[in-house]
Amino acid sequence: MAQAQVQVKRLPLAGYEAAAHAVKMADVDVIAAYPITPQTNIVEELATMVANGELDAEYVHVESEHSAISAVVGASLTGARVFTATSSQGLALMHEILFITATARAPVVMAVVNRALSGPINIWNDHSDAMAERDTGWIQLWALNAQEVFDTILQAYRIAEDNSVLLPVMVNLDGYILGHTVEAVELPDEKLVKDFVPSRPLQNRLSLKTCYTVGVMGNPDYYYEMKYQAIDALERSADVIKKVGEEFGEVFGRRYKPLDLYYVEDAEALLISMGSTAGTALAAVKRMRKRGEKVGLVRIWMYRPFPVKELRDVLKGVKAVGVVDRATCPGAIGGPVFADIATLFSNDREKPLLRDFIAGLGGRDIRIEDFEYMLNKTLEAAKTGIVDKICDYVGLRW
Amino acid sequence: MRLLSSSKKLPGWRELPIGIMNVNPGSSVNYDVASWRTFRPVIDQSKCTKCSLCWVYCPDAAVEIKKVDGGEVFEINYKFCKGCGICESVCPIKAIKMVEEVA
Amino acid sequence: MAQLFKNLKELPREEYLASGHRMCPGCMSALAVRLILKATKGNTIVVTPTGCLEVATTTYPDTAWRVPWVHIAFENAGSVASGVEAALKALNRKGKTDEKPHVIAIGGDGGTADIGFQALSGLLERWHDVVYICYDNEAYMNTGIQRSSVTPYGASTTTTPAGKKSIGKPTRKKDLVAVAVAHGIPYAATAIPSYPLDLVNKVVKAMEVEGPAFIHVLCPCPPGWRFPEKLAVEVGKLAVQTGLWPLYEVVNGEYKLTVPVPKRKPVEEYLKLQGRFKHLTQKEIAEIQRYADELAKKFGLGPVG
Repeated sequence: MAQAQVQVKRLPLAGYEAAAHAVKMADVDVIAAYPITPQTNIVEELATMVANGELDAEYVHVESEHSAISAVVGASLTGARVFTATSSQGLALMHEILFITATARAPVVMAVVNRALSGPINIWNDHSDAMAERDTGWIQLWALNAQEVFDTILQAYRIAEDNSVLLPVMVNLDGYILGHTVEAVELPDEKLVKDFVPSRPLQNRLSLKTCYTVGVMGNPDYYYEMKYQAIDALERSADVIKKVGEEFGEVFGRRYKPLDLYYVEDAEALLISMGSTAGTALAAVKRMRKRGEKVGLVRIWMYRPFPVKELRDVLKGVKAVGVVDRATCPGAIGGPVFADIATLFSNDREKPLLRDFIAGLGGRDIRIEDFEYMLNKTLEAAKTGIVDKICDYVGLRW
Repeated sequence: MRLLSSSKKLPGWRELPIGIMNVNPGSSVNYDVASWRTFRPVIDQSKCTKCSLCWVYCPDAAVEIKKVDGGEVFEINYKFCKGCGICESVCPIKAIKMVEEVA
Repeated sequence: MAQLFKNLKELPREEYLASGHRMCPGCMSALAVRLILKATKGNTIVVTPTGCLEVATTTYPDTAWRVPWVHIAFENAGSVASGVEAALKALNRKGKTDEKPHVIAIGGDGGTADIGFQALSGLLERWHDVVYICYDNEAYMNTGIQRSSVTPYGASTTTTPAGKKSIGKPTRKKDLVAVAVAHGIPYAATAIPSYPLDLVNKVVKAMEVEGPAFIHVLCPCPPGWRFPEKLAVEVGKLAVQTGLWPLYEVVNGEYKLTVPVPKRKPVEEYLKLQGRFKHLTQKEIAEIQRYADELAKKFGLGPVG
């Protein structure tokens, strides 16, 4: 690869700006979005880019999020590269269409700026919005910082539009923490991006050339098979996601994998976290390591499809694992990520002890001290072989 | 809906087109609607003035225009006719009669 | 200027809605769609919400559509059509395609006037180049004849059944064309398959305008309105001739009657054919007659004679 004339810019960007830049560089054709805090800035930034002629796209000012996802599905099936973004209630309003997007195999890319689901109404960060949609059949990727927001959105188009995948991708970024915090972001050379995310080939699904009927009625004699196709596609997409993550590393210098591992080799206790929360967790891990405690952190980047093999490999042999959940499953044992982790070793005789830590709901700050508490509790379980409380609501005022 | 007990084997999940799509436009012509009817229309060709109203008003496109020597003739395609009787109703010269369908 | 059809024999012979669909015998919605598609000559992408039309034409593995067609959900024909139109616009502009079919949304009264009302309004206000056609059988027929906001006054449906304490639906039929016109769109119209030439020419005009167009098509429904199938076209004619369904168009806000009715029939001639009105007393029938008189005054129809 020629090093000459490579235009790389390093800019102070907030997560929302990084997202907008990625969408612009991906040269999308249709954007349809409805404002909701804290996503609004992404769509405002994109509107400015379109208004200035920096991005040639049709911007559809839909009248609700339900219409936003409907419009991008229609546009995607017609062959356009599309983008939408939302948070919280907006994502919840899209709910019924999300399932259809997946079985219709529309390669939609959506940024979800994670915000707590009402009630009470709350504009701050937690993961309840995306967690409520984890069974929709969408690919779910979780960004750690603004650079990851940019990188992940670009990869999302490659993954979604891959002929063996053709599934919608949800890129999650924590509201305010990631969305609005300014960090140094490297914007790569536009030509490299164009080569990495080339123009989407028309598939003629809604075309006079083919006259297909899209969105059929599937009675009991067909529904099962049609649904299974999308399930199979989601499971197989893991291979494509890994390949794209590897290629991204080769082209842009930053490699992406389903899991990010920190200090796991000799860890007696591990925390599992997602999104920007992991950044703070890492600070706690480093502090405790300085004190000689054998703790580590696993950050999940690829949440759906769930990285079963990778997690089993890293968690096998670890004495105790603490799961950080920024969402809840009322009436169940722990939160959503905990439920997924708990199934990993359900049929093994030897398995790590599990402890769930619910924290940060409705934007409640999770401090380094809180992570130290979680790590200490997990270490305790590792040392004693006893889990005193399987689900711990950290930071709740009793 | 095809009965599950039908002897014809239905396609497996790998054999269906992806994306909840039907890739055979107009495949409904294979579906049996003829057995719906209890009456069938009969056109008295000697009376027919070829006004084409039966062809216009049939919701099922069951009236077909066939080219014959010296022009066109309007005929019922009994594969597609549901026996609604609209053709009899709209024919301006009563050239169509609904007669009871026989087994 | 759009090439209008001068007579019915000029209609294309091609059938874009294939036989073997599962719409009821005598279904005027099926007839309406068959005629609408002939007006497009197949140069269209059709968007349909959930309803009679969608369910009865696309039960896998059968499809009656011989044009590209998409159905996503119940309340979003307006927004899906907006997306399809936006995609075609962008892809054409960016040189990725040269296909320019007309985007036509064909939705039932339930999916248009009620649950799809918001999406329709959004489509119209954003000025998408889409023709939205509402096939109105005056109730949620697909789910079994439940009332909608365009079910007429006095109609007995399964959720407004006639009874000792009920005359059927107590409220009037919502005026969808007025709602469309309120968005300032270039073309809106009413139509009915009983007047097929009027219907197809309105579709042609609607496709031709640059910007959104709305057509409200009344479609008599034999099982839902409870009349014999063979009378479907006749019932529709009576709706027009009693003044209850004036056929007009609105071009840039100007109203124009397209099928004059110099002498109106009394509404009873229309109501007496339909089982859904058989419970009405003179009181309700007089109310319906008053409504027809109002419409006659508004649209310049003749007196009852």
